[in-house]
Amino acid sequence: MKKLLARHETYVLLAIILFSAIITSVNPSFLTLENLFDLLRSYSMMGIFAVGVLIVLISGGIDISFTAVATVAAYAMTVISINYGGNMLTAFLIASVIGIALGLINAVVIYFFNIPSIITTIATLNVYYGLLTVVSGGKWIYALPDWFRSFSDIKVFTLSSGEGVGYGLSLVTVIWFVIVALAWVLLRYTLLGRGLYAMGGNVASARRAGFNLFFLHVFVYCFMGLMAGIGGVVQVLLVQTMAPNSMVGKELDVIAAVVLGGASLAGGTGTLFGTLLGVALIAILSNGLTLMRVPSFWYNVFIGLVIIVSVGFSAYRRKSKERRAIAVEVE
Amino acid sequence: MYRRHSETVILILAMVGAFLLMWILNGTHFVQIDNFQSMAFQLPELGLLSLAMMVTMLTGGINLSIIASANLSGIITAMILTYYMNPEAGGGVSWGVIVLAICAGLLVSALIGLLNGFLVATVDISPILATLGTMILVNGLAIVLTKGYVISGLPDPVRFVGNGLVLGIPMPMIVFIACAALMALILNRTPTGVNIHMLGSNPTACFFAGVNNPAVLIKTYLLSGVYAGIAAIVMISRFNSAKADYGESYLLMTVLASVLGGTSASGGFGRVSGLVIALIILQMVSSGLNLIGVSNFLTIAIWGMIIILVMVVNYLTDQYQRRRQTT
Repeated sequence: MKKLLARHETYVLLAIILFSAIITSVNPSFLTLENLFDLLRSYSMMGIFAVGVLIVLISGGIDISFTAVATVAAYAMTVISINYGGNMLTAFLIASVIGIALGLINAVVIYFFNIPSIITTIATLNVYYGLLTVVSGGKWIYALPDWFRSFSDIKVFTLSSGEGVGYGLSLVTVIWFVIVALAWVLLRYTLLGRGLYAMGGNVASARRAGFNLFFLHVFVYCFMGLMAGIGGVVQVLLVQTMAPNSMVGKELDVIAAVVLGGASLAGGTGTLFGTLLGVALIAILSNGLTLMRVPSFWYNVFIGLVIIVSVGFSAYRRKSKERRAIAVEVE
Repeated sequence: MYRRHSETVILILAMVGAFLLMWILNGTHFVQIDNFQSMAFQLPELGLLSLAMMVTMLTGGINLSIIASANLSGIITAMILTYYMNPEAGGGVSWGVIVLAICAGLLVSALIGLLNGFLVATVDISPILATLGTMILVNGLAIVLTKGYVISGLPDPVRFVGNGLVLGIPMPMIVFIACAALMALILNRTPTGVNIHMLGSNPTACFFAGVNNPAVLIKTYLLSGVYAGIAAIVMISRFNSAKADYGESYLLMTVLASVLGGTSASGGFGRVSGLVIALIILQMVSSGLNLIGVSNFLTIAIWGMIIILVMVVNYLTDQYQRRRQTT
């Protein structure tokens, strides 16, 4: 029990249960499988981005540019798919390759020229997004191929609600969960994953321990690029439109969700379970406000308050823990 | 010391280079009074916001809530002004109301600054998170107040701040010069300024030197908030309106402008003069490209490239000098 209380995730989970209880008491349709599957589907883009952001944060860096990378990857995927045909596999492949390539640029600039990751990625965000908007003219693309359209409706299993409308677990959600599972294995059981924690904890120690820091940097930012590419395709699948301005500007929201889940901006800490909970908290909050018929312009006030209270609370716990540690030392 | 000197040299070279390049590309259009005037109208908004960002970066922090605070305090000012005197309704100009409205706006942004300072200094939240939270919260309040609509129609004296000319110099530029000078004075000539630099380069050493770290942080974020409030006055008077989502694209730009001006992202180093040169470079590039008819988005991409380029050049000269010193 004590061990459980020491974990950040426990408190996020408690907050989620509390909010869910409040929302359900106001509107019972919140706690239905239909709503759950719907949430899991519509938050899969944020969830996939969050996995990438978590890995970057663990390694002690930060990436702001992923929304621009996702936009570029998704745009290229859409244009190539429309002009040259293809299937879902090539679509994801194109987006992944572009995402990884743009991530590689970030990694090289950050590692070789020793520029802080936040500065590099803010700059590359503007470069990628600016160039894309010039090339695309900012035009939205609606005429997506049929195989692309139908893919987003595929469900792993279907249940039918009373009105005869089918609902079920979307394949898009499965993609998200497979990514989470792979990342979990990577972080927990591979040398590479442990190296990321080591680098985020202390760069000098990681170097002395024999980790190849350049390779780790390349891996981290390319992985983020890969997640951005996949997330970008997922976004197009969800909204069935390629809108160049739909993702850029959301980067801080994703980072906020990951941090709510317990990852530290100083690096070296963070778990996938926490990240999932962080995304879930944001999702439940905005979904719940809609279901409780709170006017939409109140959203940001609530989300802002939750973020401040939550990070304030964890900062307070850390501080009191430090104080206790110092007291022990004196005695 | 040597290093900072060489950074300034690189910046000035970049400024001269940008000027010459734009001159060559545009011919005589670029060097006309009109063009300089329009540049002087555009620069102060980003400039004031960058000052607000830079002072927090000096302590090793960041303030993501500046745009949101500027919008909220602009909205408060605009609401008071349009409530008590509407130019369309033909009401007279009352200086009392104008002073009240501006003071209320500044008070709001100062309060947000205090909240940030409290969260960063007392609660000990990392600045990027604390200000991210207040950014979303304050933006939310602005949306609630306006319900997403634009508040427009400000009285003439207020519009003068954003659009007027004094002896041929645009009014926003005068405000910016005064604010930049004041910021330079605070940072270089007052104990608080020295403490801000010390705190940024090494908080622990600063604490053991007998500095009240939390108090310095609170002052820093308060100052940042007030500058965001001043930017708000210039913004609403230039647009003749206030809205919850004006200038959102400025947020990350202010970080870039500060860094381009030599402010270290990890804190402790940075000068107002460097920031001013950086702003002039960015403004010349954007006005020059705009005159040739280049898309705004390409300009933004080029800004990003310039910043990476300058940081790379700084890094390489630094390495070169170090190698020479060792041999």
